[in-house]
Amino acid sequence: MPRASTAYLAATLSLVLLLAGLVFHSCHEREASRDLLSRLSGMVSWLNLTDLCLFTEASYTRHPSMTDLNTPFQDSPFSFEHFPTGALVAPPPHLVRTNGQID
Amino acid sequence: MARSIERQRHILDFTLASILRRKGKNGALLAVYTLIIFILSSVLFFTHALRQEAQAVLQGTPEIIVQRSLTGRYQTIPLDYAETIRGIRGVISVEPRLWGYHYDGNTLANYTIVVPGEDAPPDGSIDIGSGISRVREANERDTMGFSGFDGKPRGFTVRKVISAESQLISADLIVMSEHDYRAFSGIPDNQATDLVLKVRNPREFTTIAEKIVRLLPDTRPIVRNEILRTYNALFSWRSGLIIVIFSAAALAFVIFAWDKASGLSAEERREIGILKAVGWETSDILFMKFWEGLAISLTAFLLGVSLAYMHVFFSSSFLFAPVLKGWSTLYPDFRLVPIISFGQLTATFLLTVVPYVVTTILPSWRAATIDPDAVMR
Amino acid sequence: MIRTHDISKVFNAGRPNEFTALNAVSLDISLRDVTILKGPSGSGKTTLLGILGCMARPTTGRIFLAEREITSLPERFLTDIRLKTFGFIFQQFNLIKGITALDNVMVPAFPTGEKHASLKRRALESLEMFNMGHKADSKTEWLSGGEAQRVAIARALINRPTIIIADEPTAHLDTRLSHEFMEIMATLKADGKTIIMASHDPIVYDSDLGDRIIEMRDGQVVDAGSRA
Repeated sequence: MPRASTAYLAATLSLVLLLAGLVFHSCHEREASRDLLSRLSGMVSWLNLTDLCLFTEASYTRHPSMTDLNTPFQDSPFSFEHFPTGALVAPPPHLVRTNGQID
Repeated sequence: MARSIERQRHILDFTLASILRRKGKNGALLAVYTLIIFILSSVLFFTHALRQEAQAVLQGTPEIIVQRSLTGRYQTIPLDYAETIRGIRGVISVEPRLWGYHYDGNTLANYTIVVPGEDAPPDGSIDIGSGISRVREANERDTMGFSGFDGKPRGFTVRKVISAESQLISADLIVMSEHDYRAFSGIPDNQATDLVLKVRNPREFTTIAEKIVRLLPDTRPIVRNEILRTYNALFSWRSGLIIVIFSAAALAFVIFAWDKASGLSAEERREIGILKAVGWETSDILFMKFWEGLAISLTAFLLGVSLAYMHVFFSSSFLFAPVLKGWSTLYPDFRLVPIISFGQLTATFLLTVVPYVVTTILPSWRAATIDPDAVMR
Repeated sequence: MIRTHDISKVFNAGRPNEFTALNAVSLDISLRDVTILKGPSGSGKTTLLGILGCMARPTTGRIFLAEREITSLPERFLTDIRLKTFGFIFQQFNLIKGITALDNVMVPAFPTGEKHASLKRRALESLEMFNMGHKADSKTEWLSGGEAQRVAIARALINRPTIIIADEPTAHLDTRLSHEFMEIMATLKADGKTIIMASHDPIVYDSDLGDRIIEMRDGQVVDAGSRA
């Protein structure tokens, strides 16, 4: 029966090594993805894209950088958010700047 | 030195034995704390990786885009606005940009149609994103039908399915020629969705934007760094869902801390009294409490963070999928390039391990300093 | 020699429930002797034991351990002396529940940083000395009264103290076990240890083990006794 502290320290060390391994993994992956990211960048230039394709529910969740302030309120000025991912996507900063604080 | 280490190890042995004595309670504590850290770290990893990827990939985004508003909503822009803008000093080129949405009633999905400036597919052909290929089960050389602005169906041959490796920007795209898109969408020949500008000096973006608004008051220029900043603000802490998650985590933590801070049980106090009576100093007792707090919180932290990393980067955040999908029927696989921010890792550590250890030590301070003779009574 | 000079101990001083446990107690206790404090409960025996054993400080008065004054030593030094010099056997045994007998015996030595292997060996030897070796891995809750008593004694000896202090050691033991306890004390005395016991059990104070009987009542020494 190993001593309790030995077992604990061994387990903790393993977890630390696991985390270290994951950190290594991320560094390695970043290096390996350089090509991929430049290909994506190239596609963005070719197609003049402005947004990532994350949430295709609504126009203002699909193209948050292009949207105007009124689109989320298209039903009525007081309408609540009815697209779930609208809760994730905050209004872009430049809208806030040109149209005032939205809180 | 060796004595100090051995002393700590003895104290640690004793502490672990105490923890194991209440396996159920401490096991549950560890599990829940790990879960909290897992969720928190998953959110942090996901949002950070997404933001970094957006920054890297959107570097090629247009320098300035000019939209036109009518009735407060953005509308198509007349091409002669381009003439006016071309006259502004510092503007190298102004090109029309054509793009728009298409809602597919069959699949209940929204697509984005884009027309590239050059190397567009020949008339009658389209390139489709991997997401569209999936929901419509369409492959190269298949013919796909879409209903245009006039309700009439039109057929297109799939020239290419855009590789899934770029799905984070292309999953829902249909790339077609200008001629086809104008016919399909009904945009008049003298208009475009918006205008794309190239500028000589990037530092002039704001000045040029201001000039455009002055010349054409119904336009709204959007500048490249504003586009990039949109993605930095995405998932900001003010987004409703993030607030809910972080509040839940904070609440759970308060519950833990309450349990600890509400003082020691009589049993625990008695045990500390005995330890002091047989020769343990106050510092030994405090170290014991320190190890007790650390054993649980450090393990929870390491486990939670590692699992979060694997959740986000090995399995594309599958637990968040319902939230990220919302009502979309077309969604990308959130396969992100792994990245760990040491700042976030440190902050998570300081916010989870340190307070827990402190709330374990502090309530015991009083008990740790009692005179051992109290246990004689 | 342990000397106390006019020791007083007052609890809750200045408050309505102020209580004087000891009142101007002056004693000379010889080392290598068995000293027995005799008296009814409330006479201050337990308090005096606590002060003698460096567990508590007197409110007034001075106390000397082998010519060295320990009255106002800082806690750390006091604990150090207590650890190295004294071994305590409590009335309630005060073993830690939920761990084994062996672990209980080792606990007092944990702060010394002694190597685990050698500490474990010594603890086992200590238990075997009292025929408890076979129960080393039993949890405290599974021990009978007499077994717990012996584990408590083994624990008191783990740091090789020169002075043993026992507070009402036979209070929870039957006659047979009480006599057994006194026999163990005799062995320890033969080993050259100093023993100070508080008891109102005749088996203890009437035994011929005691070199000196000190009678106490109401926090004062009424009969300082003499070496028998």
